[in-house]
Amino acid sequence: MSSVPLDPVPARVQASSLSCPSCGAAIAQRAQGWAVTVVCGSCGSVLDATDPNLRVLQQQEDAVRVKPRLALGSRGTWNGVSWEIIGFQVVTITVEGTDYSWREYVLFNPFRGFRYLSEYQGHWNVIEKLKRRPVTSTSGGRPTATHDGREFKHFQSAKAYTTLALGEFPWELRVGDSVMADDYIAPPYMLSAESSDGETTWSLGTYTSADEIGKAFKQTGDMMAPLGVFANQPNPYSTTGSVVLRRLGLFLVVLFAMLIGNVFVSRGEVAYTSRHTFVHGTDDSAAFVTPAFELKGRPSSVTIEMASDVDNDWAYFALTLINDSTGISREVGKQVSYYYGRDSDGSWSEGSRKGSVRLSSVPGGRYFLRVGPEGGEPSKPPVHYTITVKRDTPSFGFYVLAFFALTLPAILAWIPKGAFEGRRWAESDYAPSSGSDDDEGDDE
Amino acid sequence: MSAPAARSVACPNCGAPVRFLWAQAVQTTCAYCKAVLVRRDLDLATIGQQAEFPATGSPIQIGTEGRWRGTSFLVVGRIAYAWARGRWNEWHCLLNDGTSAWLSDAQLEYAMTRAITPDGPLPDANRIKVGQAFTWDRHRYEVATITHASYVGTEGELPFTSYTREICMFVDLQNDAGELATVDFSDDPPVLYVGEYCDFDALELGNLRVFDGW
Repeated sequence: MSSVPLDPVPARVQASSLSCPSCGAAIAQRAQGWAVTVVCGSCGSVLDATDPNLRVLQQQEDAVRVKPRLALGSRGTWNGVSWEIIGFQVVTITVEGTDYSWREYVLFNPFRGFRYLSEYQGHWNVIEKLKRRPVTSTSGGRPTATHDGREFKHFQSAKAYTTLALGEFPWELRVGDSVMADDYIAPPYMLSAESSDGETTWSLGTYTSADEIGKAFKQTGDMMAPLGVFANQPNPYSTTGSVVLRRLGLFLVVLFAMLIGNVFVSRGEVAYTSRHTFVHGTDDSAAFVTPAFELKGRPSSVTIEMASDVDNDWAYFALTLINDSTGISREVGKQVSYYYGRDSDGSWSEGSRKGSVRLSSVPGGRYFLRVGPEGGEPSKPPVHYTITVKRDTPSFGFYVLAFFALTLPAILAWIPKGAFEGRRWAESDYAPSSGSDDDEGDDE
Repeated sequence: MSAPAARSVACPNCGAPVRFLWAQAVQTTCAYCKAVLVRRDLDLATIGQQAEFPATGSPIQIGTEGRWRGTSFLVVGRIAYAWARGRWNEWHCLLNDGTSAWLSDAQLEYAMTRAITPDGPLPDANRIKVGQAFTWDRHRYEVATITHASYVGTEGELPFTSYTREICMFVDLQNDAGELATVDFSDDPPVLYVGEYCDFDALELGNLRVFDGW
């Protein structure tokens, strides 16, 4: 397109120097004509900044004695943008008869307009007015507000009074004026709805550490360390918790993979099997030894399975696994019993015809088994049974132990996180037992 | 599409060259003598003298360039209003596609809107209330503020001739998508403007004013 050069326009707004109609002190005007109210730094008079003569709207008593931590006129750099502090006010709410006051700073940039900072006992928020109205909901008990896809939980409602003011404000301010403030939190963010005269203004605060504020505004010396837990202060343990959780998840996946692998790798290989008959009452002569068989590989577990046809009967098998070359033996026993019948409640059964016994860490080598059957009902027919020796069966017990060993630290990691959340919500409208301000008493 | 050609005529009041950046411009203000000029064909008629334009802190000026909805624009004119909380400007922007839009800078919160023909009823000036809902062009809005403003002055090129009214009433409507609708009751019938709030950086503004020390 044909670009038309324009005549240069005087591209500068004169910093007007006006004096307070009440005390005559010079009034700094830093907001390039956008301020609506300006408060004289010398006498505290509240002046109409839209009036060329700075009409006096209100006299104020205490303003001059208060010194904001961040001085009016000082500049800070935030996300690469320069901001100047042009206004300061103290806002007070009363909860259960106690006054809580915080400080608010008005920041100005001639291109980007206004931002705000709030400061309460070392906790800072960088605040921006929203041009989009969050969607509020009261379904499901506690009210929520949704902004940018994030859900905020209602934290507190309070009537907030301006108790002191200095400098410039882009709204009509009077000391003593109040707004109804509703705070919703999703740390590190906080949504605030301030209502007065039927108009509601929404703003979004971002919790910011005192160190970051101090650095941005080039504060010499240490900033005040935060006291207690603030409404939208991020939970320092929440990341620890999630790291632990992520790690736990990883471990559990590995553990599960090991388990699956173990089931597959475990050959469950039959090393020996044979079928026998036990006649009741021949306990002394029924014992026998099996032929030798090979248990292969690394030391691992061995399962001896007994499958019988006991019928309203029982039998006990004394089993000794003996290493053919070293003579080292492992002795175990297994009883099978199976009873069934029918009574007034219907048919019933008890026990099982099968059973198995597991020996862990059996080294590889040649073995044989001594089997000693005993017991049973003398009147019952002979018991037929099958012995099966299986090598390397998966050990599920290890996995149960490992699962608990892994989950315990994760559970422990959640405890401080929960405690932090408890302290946060204790300051809200939703404190579990209202009136228990024991923790806060020490802060004074 | 053809870009508007710059045209040059002489100010009937002082003889200085007056350049129209926009072919459809109906009114402009002489940059030298502040005469408010109305165009009839290619002749200019002086209809009044603009008082020295009040200084505001807006970084926007005539000649500021920007981008909105993917189309670049040039600021060619301005209407200034005063209301209970000071002043604001509606900057007349000429888009690269030949249409015009308005950039407002109230409290340095920027919004771009353009006039549309309403496809539904407009609010009734006498019965409008905050919270009332309206739907135009399938977008739903709620009345957020009702502003009574006075007309302070104009500068540059505008798509209509000067206002005669002293008091204007504006109804601003918003929704949860950051969209904005404004009904300007100073025209009869009222004019509906729709658009959205814009982030300063998103507008990619160039040729802004310079502020000492900033």
